[in-house]
Amino acid sequence: MELIGLANYAIFMGILIGIYALLSLALNIQWGFTGLFNAGVAGFFAIGAYTSAILTSTPALNRMGGFEWPILLGWAAAMLVAAMIAWPIGKICLRFRSDYLAIATIGVAEIFRLIIKSEDWLTGGSRGITGIPRPFGDLPYVQSQLAYLALVVIAVLVVYLLVERQLKAPWGRMMRAIRDNEAAAAAMGKQVEARRLQAFIFGSAIMGLAGALFVHFNRSITPEAIDPMIATFLIWIMLILGGSGNNRGAILGAAVIWIIWSVSELLTDRLPTEVAIQAKYIRIFIIGLMLQLVLRFRPEGILPEERKRNPVGPG
Amino acid sequence: MLELDNIVKAFGGFHAVDGCSLKVNKGEILGLVGPNGAGKTTLFNVIAGALQPTSGKITFLGEDVTPLSTDALFHKGLVRTFQIPHEFHRLTVLENLMMVPPAQPGENLFANWLNWGAVRRREEEVRQLAMDTLAFLELTHVADERAGNLSGGQKKLLELGRTMMTNAKLVLLDEPAAGVNRTLLRKLEEKIQILNRERGYTFILIEHDMEMIEKLCHPVVCMAEGRVLIEGDFHMVRSDPRVLEAYLGETAAAREAASHDTVVEEVRGEELRKEDI
Repeated sequence: MELIGLANYAIFMGILIGIYALLSLALNIQWGFTGLFNAGVAGFFAIGAYTSAILTSTPALNRMGGFEWPILLGWAAAMLVAAMIAWPIGKICLRFRSDYLAIATIGVAEIFRLIIKSEDWLTGGSRGITGIPRPFGDLPYVQSQLAYLALVVIAVLVVYLLVERQLKAPWGRMMRAIRDNEAAAAAMGKQVEARRLQAFIFGSAIMGLAGALFVHFNRSITPEAIDPMIATFLIWIMLILGGSGNNRGAILGAAVIWIIWSVSELLTDRLPTEVAIQAKYIRIFIIGLMLQLVLRFRPEGILPEERKRNPVGPG
Repeated sequence: MLELDNIVKAFGGFHAVDGCSLKVNKGEILGLVGPNGAGKTTLFNVIAGALQPTSGKITFLGEDVTPLSTDALFHKGLVRTFQIPHEFHRLTVLENLMMVPPAQPGENLFANWLNWGAVRRREEEVRQLAMDTLAFLELTHVADERAGNLSGGQKKLLELGRTMMTNAKLVLLDEPAAGVNRTLLRKLEEKIQILNRERGYTFILIEHDMEMIEKLCHPVVCMAEGRVLIEGDFHMVRSDPRVLEAYLGETAAAREAASHDTVVEEVRGEELRKEDI
């Protein structure tokens, strides 16, 4: 019994790792390749989640939708809407230097959170959205979980291959050049602003996809489910620890951090109640400490950016 | 080829470039000298489109290019290097060169999926060109090193190498000799001369190393306080009292001049006569 419980927990954890790996890969496009300090990951995650939720859920009285779209269309729409919203935001914010961009994107994510919380007609306000279908949701519990895990793994694999190929292509080389030295990249004829916008939109679309996968896994969504502590800052830690500029590092970082994060939750839950509440803060402390240690002793992350040897073309 | 008409660049009330007019003909290596703060680098930034001039007009190949940005000017054949090397430090040396050429289909997000053959063919061309450039610069042995790990002099060579990765017409070199050792410096001079003769590059060269200026440049232009002070051949510019004055200040200039120049022999003579009396 204990063993089955553990296996179930592992599957559950695997699904979430996959979803966070998508976010980490997306952030790698923006920060790892292009040097854009996006501190509003949670915002684009939320846009993806709510877009797919509204489009695919069953109709409800108190809000617009749902439209009962097929799930895959909902996912595609999540990416599209996240990309479309990223466009004007990028157009305005990407002019800022990195530190100001971080502040601007935190602000933008916060605006999204407030809109989601207060626009009842669209998002159901704080009650959120329920009745969101889940692929293979009719199967028995374990099979259904396994099937969803497979789906998430496929999504991660596809996104990984897509991003990896772009990184190895001349596109990736140009983006890394822009990251390393903007003025020189412009002097070599590259349209820095347009290219940064491209990377911002590309990354945001994948964040939207991650949001969609998250919402269909949970079957419901409330504003509380999207916590910037996790969906922005933990993702940053995942990427930095795993190795920014390296896609495998981004995925590895997601796995390592999420395992530490959830196992520490298991442990603190076993403590007596009066200590358990305080112990929750220990978890945040442990993550912060890990980040400090990595930055001090291995600033390039576990898997640093690769040095391409004698490249024979992309791919 | 390039014509500057009364360029002014003001930062607030401070006029870094103050009514500068200059003409560069095809095939020249024009040396731009002048004391620190004369506005040379600011002028470069204005020509290269990194800064917009406050007023004035820039004509390149008969076309008004005043409002164009750096990346647009690159495509017209105007390429610059930087005073402090601006290498892409986490890219390899080879990648630093390979990112330069224009018209790379692989820079399009979708071409990597839809037009794979073209991306691959162009990439092979670009790689070959980069390898040839590295061979020319004698940097082949560091092709796979991160550019950030190169020595200062090698970075300067890499800067020059980037200008060879496109069909440049006019190349702006900002202090290519600064921080470069003597042996490497001779090599750099040689490379610039070959590029000028064989590839027909026109150069504007900012430099404090007078040996290099003497060897490479004609004409030589001296700037001071944001304006062109004098233009001519090296010796003429060198011996002009106004140039010495700009470099050393008024009294020091007189003293400096006294020590070796014929023009100022008379001054010394007068001083001697005064002493005699």
